[in-house]
Amino acid sequence: MVTLTPHPIDFTAVTESVRSPHCGAVCLFLGTVRDRTGEDVTVFLDYETYAPMAEKQLTAIEAEARSRWPIGELAIVHRIGRLAVGEISVAVAVSSPHRTDAFAACRFAIDATKEMVPIWKKDIPPDGASTWVHPGSP
Amino acid sequence: MTVTVQLFAGFRELLDGRETIPVELPTSACVADLLQQLREQHPCCRPLLDRSRVAVNQEFAESSARIDAHSEIALIPPVSGG
Repeated sequence: MVTLTPHPIDFTAVTESVRSPHCGAVCLFLGTVRDRTGEDVTVFLDYETYAPMAEKQLTAIEAEARSRWPIGELAIVHRIGRLAVGEISVAVAVSSPHRTDAFAACRFAIDATKEMVPIWKKDIPPDGASTWVHPGSP
Repeated sequence: MTVTVQLFAGFRELLDGRETIPVELPTSACVADLLQQLREQHPCCRPLLDRSRVAVNQEFAESSARIDAHSEIALIPPVSGG
């Protein structure tokens, strides 16, 4: 299951959504808003998305993960909008019969999400001079 | 033909907050033609265009991919979700 949401992410509910009697392992990854990047201070992050394409890409990532590992359930939830320091921007939860596959599939799903899904964040520092984060900036 | 290009993030900021821009292209144009036209129309976007992908009908497209008047086109600058 993949979801884009403007609402705070309930990571307990996301984790419960993947639990299964057939799975002895559940792996949860949370991405949260960090207060500093090097010397730069962040107050908020504004997340924007191209929603129809992002949902397609996330669905494709789920399908790829299911083809590579024995997965019970997989959930990717990404928040959109303004987030304060400490809030959860993304949750990935995976269940599998054994922990090695749960860890590997969870790692794959968050890495692919950060690489392939059209979501962008704007860094809002204390002085208000905001900048879009486009990795690889010259 | 005139195609409509959707803008997000840094492109929207570079182009005065516009959500879309029209681009005039010959019929049977491809993604490379679109990028060339954008570079000429909007020189301020060149550095970001060099690092961006194009989506056609909500899929990443190769530079040789064909575009028609009904294509859903979006510029995808380097993503930063997560």
